[in-house]
Amino acid sequence: MTNIDALLEENEAKDLLRFVTAGSVDDGKSTLIGRLLYESKGIYEDQLEAVAQASKTEGTTGDDIDLALLTDGLRAEREQGITIDVAYRYFSTPSRKFIIADSPGHEQYTRNMVTGASTASLVIILVDASKGIITQSKRHAFIASLLRIPRVLLAVNKMDLMDYSEDVFREIVHDFTEFAAKLELTEIDFIPVSALKGDNVVSKSERMPWYDGRSVLRHLDTVHIAGDRNLIDFRMPVQYVSRTNASFRGYMGRIESGAVHVGDAVVVLPSGVTNRVKEVFGPDGPTETAFASMSATLTLENEVDVSRGDVISPVNNRPTVDRALEAMVVWMDSDKLSLTKEYLVKHGTRLIPARITKLQYQVDVNTLHRSEVDSLSLNEIGRCELELSQLVAFDPYRKNRATGSMIIIDRMTNRTVGAAMVLDRGGGAGRSQANWESFSSSSYLAPKASGVSPVEREARDGYCGFTVFLTGLTGSRKRDIALLLEREFFDEGASVVVLDGHTIRSGVGKDLGFDASARSENLRRVAETARVLNDHGVIAICAFVAPYSELRDKVAETIGEERFFGVFVDAPVEYCRKHDAQGLYDKADRGEIKSFPGVNATYEFPTSPNLLVRPAEQSLETCAGLIYTAVKKKFFKKPSLKSVDW
Amino acid sequence: MSEYSLSHLAQLEAESIHIIREVAAECEKPVMLYSIGKDSSVMVRLAQKAFAPGPVPFPLLHVDTTYKFRAMIEFRDKFCAEQGLELLVHTNEEAQLEGINPFDHGSDKYTHAFKTEALLQAINRGGYDAAFGGARRDEEKSRAKERVYSFRDRFHQWDPKNQRPELWNLYNGRVSSGESIRVFPLSNWTELDIWLYIYKEQIPIVPIYYAQKQPCVMRDGRIIMVDDGRLPLKPGEEPQMKMVRFRSLGCYPLTAATESEAHSLPLIIEEMMLTRKSERENRMIDYDGNASMEQKKREGYF
Ligand SMILES: Nc1nc2c(ncn2[C@@H]2O[C@H](COP(=O)(O)OP(=O)(O)O)[C@@H](O)[C@H]2O)c(=O)[nH]1
Repeated sequence: MTNIDALLEENEAKDLLRFVTAGSVDDGKSTLIGRLLYESKGIYEDQLEAVAQASKTEGTTGDDIDLALLTDGLRAEREQGITIDVAYRYFSTPSRKFIIADSPGHEQYTRNMVTGASTASLVIILVDASKGIITQSKRHAFIASLLRIPRVLLAVNKMDLMDYSEDVFREIVHDFTEFAAKLELTEIDFIPVSALKGDNVVSKSERMPWYDGRSVLRHLDTVHIAGDRNLIDFRMPVQYVSRTNASFRGYMGRIESGAVHVGDAVVVLPSGVTNRVKEVFGPDGPTETAFASMSATLTLENEVDVSRGDVISPVNNRPTVDRALEAMVVWMDSDKLSLTKEYLVKHGTRLIPARITKLQYQVDVNTLHRSEVDSLSLNEIGRCELELSQLVAFDPYRKNRATGSMIIIDRMTNRTVGAAMVLDRGGGAGRSQANWESFSSSSYLAPKASGVSPVEREARDGYCGFTVFLTGLTGSRKRDIALLLEREFFDEGASVVVLDGHTIRSGVGKDLGFDASARSENLRRVAETARVLNDHGVIAICAFVAPYSELRDKVAETIGEERFFGVFVDAPVEYCRKHDAQGLYDKADRGEIKSFPGVNATYEFPTSPNLLVRPAEQSLETCAGLIYTAVKKKFFKKPSLKSVDW
Repeated sequence: MSEYSLSHLAQLEAESIHIIREVAAECEKPVMLYSIGKDSSVMVRLAQKAFAPGPVPFPLLHVDTTYKFRAMIEFRDKFCAEQGLELLVHTNEEAQLEGINPFDHGSDKYTHAFKTEALLQAINRGGYDAAFGGARRDEEKSRAKERVYSFRDRFHQWDPKNQRPELWNLYNGRVSSGESIRVFPLSNWTELDIWLYIYKEQIPIVPIYYAQKQPCVMRDGRIIMVDDGRLPLKPGEEPQMKMVRFRSLGCYPLTAATESEAHSLPLIIEEMMLTRKSERENRMIDYDGNASMEQKKREGYF
């Protein structure tokens, strides 16, 4: 009996990992899943017999059992003319239960993968080692980044076809890393496998001694997921109001993030009425506290009007309340997106009429190119502005997957036609990467701290203070370019200062680290410093990685768009690695540096810099020269009568 | 932060409760299909938890095929009375008058009349726009892609081409009049999860899930329990007492038993973890060809 008790205890204590698999047709996705199910005993004998039987007639693997048939609805379904979309599979190990969302790689791909990805905390992207990183792999990575799946596992399959070669694997790792640097992917792991032969799927393969990482199953089993849930920002959309009797009013709902305790000061949104939590009920009755992903019931101290659709949050940590928002929208219906139609939007537990008022651009899932379009068709993705018919309490999706997501429903057909992920709006509430208050961008026009007016400065110097901001990966040589530029300006008599990591981090930003919030604070200080310098007629040349476009926008806003000049120093990762004197890339590779843009953190490419230079193709002098010319043209007064020497 | 962690069972529970509440809030007239089996028992418990301390705000509906195990009917009546649950029972009376039975008409015709037809009658007559079912995706291959909200047209047909994508936990329960949805709150549970939860929550289940001595005959390699005198014995067939239990319950002439000594929940769970046969193996209606489940679903079978 003790045996079985221990077993039960172990099974009750398992945690849950949801993942989605992505790969194009024939990369071996079904074979990989089949093997995971088979080896973890997620398959019953009678099912296996049926597959063994079918392998003889339909299989592609000779005498071996074709494990792909276990999961591959594809062939069967194609014959039956059934839509193939996301299928869910289950298996477990002693420590975890797994839910696989398996979406086949055919035309409907984007819609299906987005669906599977919406609840996943990991994605396995399959790559065929004999083909390398192909367009579809990039598409999968982009969707993973768009849906903010916290971690990516790139399974390089069919290693058996490539003689289990380390070089092949390394090259694929390199190609993928380079592409991924453009995306917002935080954790990426790579495993060389052969799904067919079983190498590195469940146990470590002896045929790839050069690989010292974990097998796929081991990785799935041990990867740390506890940090995925947002346990900070308490949010509970009210689902159902229970009035059991005159004295009991329970507000029921799923806690989407954060935690709530008896006695907490809360606010009901969008009305904004504050209240206090009286009781908390979990699934087993009254409790002191309830937290993210629990279905709970709350009662409040004061009788107020709370109804389905409202959101309860802490008084001092509220979501944005607004009727207008911007979102990335994935279109999922054969009827195109319409800018004139009224749709319904389901957000949390609220269902409200809404319009898509503007389509800013479409993103090509394969190339990431943006283009202006009039509409979105099935499987297309674009950035939209939405106008809701009522106030709604939401967060940016990057901060909160639950309160930042919504589905769009067609009123006539009732079909779910779109999936929307709310974006941060510059300056608005719900900042995440940039955690500083925005300044009026025109405040510099009337610098109170200076007795000299900009007009006077310009009259004397021929320019007003301005900032050239160089962004690029570590090792892109932006500092060297900045120094050349400094020399040019100095030589012609201008007052100029270079601000870069070295100057700022050794003093002004000494107390800061390198995570997103520290980077934000560091840049805030840079921006403020540059602003003061500019206000006093000094040219500031800044050279920073500044990996997030939102942050860079913020810098521009602080300094003032009119005197900000953004330069993207665009160099491939190999070039940067070569010019990384401090060996930072190597350290990041070894995991000694966390969140290093280009290796294990994102670098968001500037989409519309004032200027782009390519040190890998142009000399440093050319780069500096190009910037110099452009800046001269933009910020320096045209030769005036006064400067003409009579 | 580990104090804020949830086990997989707690997560499944929370997710199911969320689904049940969502339907209760959004649909006009939901009903919960109650098949008396272990999955239904779990689903009912989840519904109770979802609305505690209040009552479950919708009735249970049992579609009685007239050939259920006697132990099931006894359990049903006792359980619902004890738990204060509103129970509705529906039988296809026309089929009953015609005398349709699994022996003379074959399992196909019989299940169509007493399950598929009967269910549609009950839903139409009750005017329900949403019906909860206890099906799980791990039960059978064709269920793997079933949605949590499964959309049915006004003829209760399931059109696999016309199902809605389900993203995050945002369910689209919009239907036009006459249309309905089937909702499967246990979609992500596996058979093992069900047993573990029954054990953890001490949920009562029909006693024949536990191994007992029962009168049985062997047919095509399957053990059929002779539950009452209506099972026509073939020449030479003599019921034998056997220690058996059932992994899933349905109509007794169509549900095979497994030989087992597992007379308690821990023993069943232990056995479960060791056996490598799926529970559906014992359901005869899946054997009418590979695509049969798909076909039945299209016609409105659960
Ligand atoms: N050589 C080799 N073949 C593989 C491997 N994995 C899958 N295959 C074969 O590739 C083909 C496509 O596999 P399948 O799993 O059906 O691909 P899917 O379309 O991605 O699900 C089948 O013939 C598999 O047997 C592998 O690791 N090595």
